[in-house]
Amino acid sequence: MKSEGLTAMNFNFLRYCLRQSRDSLKRNFWLALVTSCIIAVSLMIFGGFLLLAVNISQLMQDVQSNVEICVFLYDDADKDWLAEELQRLEGVETIRFVSKEEGLEDFGRTLGDAALVTGLQGENNPLPDAFRVTASAAELVPQLAQAMRRLEGVEMAEYGEELVGELLKLTGWINRLLVGVGLLLALGAVFLIVTTIRLSVMARREEIGIMKYLGASDWFVRFPFLVEGIAMGWLGTIVATAALVAVYGKVAATLQQDAFAFFLRPVTSPEQLLPVFTGLLLLGTCMGGFGSLISLRKFLRV
Amino acid sequence: MISLQHVTKNYPGSALPALDKISLEIEKGEFVFLVGPSGAGKSTLIKLLFREQLPTKGEIYFYGRNLARLNKKALLNHRRQIGMVFQDFRLLKQKTVFENVAFALEVLGKAPKEIEYKVSEVLDKVGLAGKEKSFPAELSGGEQQRVGVARALVKDPLLLLADEPTGNLDRNTSRQLMELFETINCEGTTMIIATHAWDLVDQMQKRVISLEKGRLVRDEKRGTYGYEF
Ligand SMILES: Nc1ncnc2c1ncn2[C@@H]1O[C@H](COP(=O)(O)OP(=O)(O)OP(=O)(O)O)[C@@H](O)[C@H]1O
Ligand SMILES: [Mg+2]
Repeated sequence: MKSEGLTAMNFNFLRYCLRQSRDSLKRNFWLALVTSCIIAVSLMIFGGFLLLAVNISQLMQDVQSNVEICVFLYDDADKDWLAEELQRLEGVETIRFVSKEEGLEDFGRTLGDAALVTGLQGENNPLPDAFRVTASAAELVPQLAQAMRRLEGVEMAEYGEELVGELLKLTGWINRLLVGVGLLLALGAVFLIVTTIRLSVMARREEIGIMKYLGASDWFVRFPFLVEGIAMGWLGTIVATAALVAVYGKVAATLQQDAFAFFLRPVTSPEQLLPVFTGLLLLGTCMGGFGSLISLRKFLRV
Repeated sequence: MISLQHVTKNYPGSALPALDKISLEIEKGEFVFLVGPSGAGKSTLIKLLFREQLPTKGEIYFYGRNLARLNKKALLNHRRQIGMVFQDFRLLKQKTVFENVAFALEVLGKAPKEIEYKVSEVLDKVGLAGKEKSFPAELSGGEQQRVGVARALVKDPLLLLADEPTGNLDRNTSRQLMELFETINCEGTTMIIATHAWDLVDQMQKRVISLEKGRLVRDEKRGTYGYEF
């Protein structure tokens, strides 16, 4: 009986809140719209960065897992024994033997002019024999290289340490930029929400004063404003998500068709994209609610 | 029902207290006029009873409970048991008569059906049947105050506090309003009314409490206004 009464009361309360929020949004229509748009723009930029970050990290994975370890050998190394030992290491996927002659040819090709290496053939060849090893996972590469260096007959084991390092540095910068710009935009949007809610508190000042005399609880007074802020957050998020999906879809489709961009494979799997969009929705909601709460603390002393 | 014990109220920044060691008792069902010259402390006393403000010294008990010791929930409960009527009506001008009165029940989370029923009933009682859809601006002062009374009454308060309810009304309208108050009182609601309407006070022969410069100077069971004009 008692809980029944409580539920009924909550239901009436909820209906009242939604009506109040709707009326407020109607009254402050243009301001609410502008606020939602600003939230949308900031979430779009933020979301854009997020998608960029997801793609960059994917690219990093690709680059790293394509990294080959070059194992250079001493002239007197036992190649067959080494091939077996390398194959036995945990995480090694493929190994390919590159003789010094092949290595020189490769080198010539890389330089673009085989003539440049003509004097270096045969006895004069400065290159050692080598194995080229790929790993099953990118993060195994550094340890594997380490292990290979300890094997007898191995002079050096190198992988694109510099390249990987540079890429890591770059993604670090991008992530920092993302956080900074995102924070600034979110702050701006929250400030706008504070202003909008404040105006709607002002518009209903008289009503709020009367509510106090009628015995309304603090939350009864506050809740509609909170709903209002969150509604603006959602509206902004929905617009931002729709725009991002449209733009990203287009870009991804173009890149996938473009033969020159074959190395850029945009992330399209839902498992990776869904967290981005739920994250945005969560962020929009939090921004709306947070802005309202600040405003209520400042302008609504019940 | 209400008991004041040596209640003093000092507003910050003023030398004289607005209320000075007031002690009095009010029983359930009483009809009390609060009179006195301007600045005597009538409004202050009403604010203390609603617990809009706290006394500087002394205690106020409402049904044995010290108003200074109410937690949040108890404070809400206290206020919900009291109906307030204001000199300037304080109606919401963008709401109709019905909506203004219904607001008092919405705020308490009542169901729409119950609200509909209670509001019609109370509008009937204050003589506003048929005016449900009017807006405050379309009503006379007397009618607007009846809406104010209906709003205070719709939640069945134990106590009705009115601060100069006839202050903006002409004499005839004031008398009708006082008659309405008398009816409400007859149905069991305790009334405390601060007023300058001396002729009505003299006529109605109710309990009169006189304040002067914050002091209680007179308290008569069937009193008169007692000031010359
Ligand atoms: N909020 C306040 N701050 C400071 N002083 C106040 C405040 N409210 C009232 N006072 C002072 O307290 C005294 C009593 O005021 P109160 O409003 O209770 O008088 P009153 O009897 O209602 O007068 P009136 O008949 O004119 O309405 C006055 O001297 C007034 O100036
Ligand atoms: Mg007064």
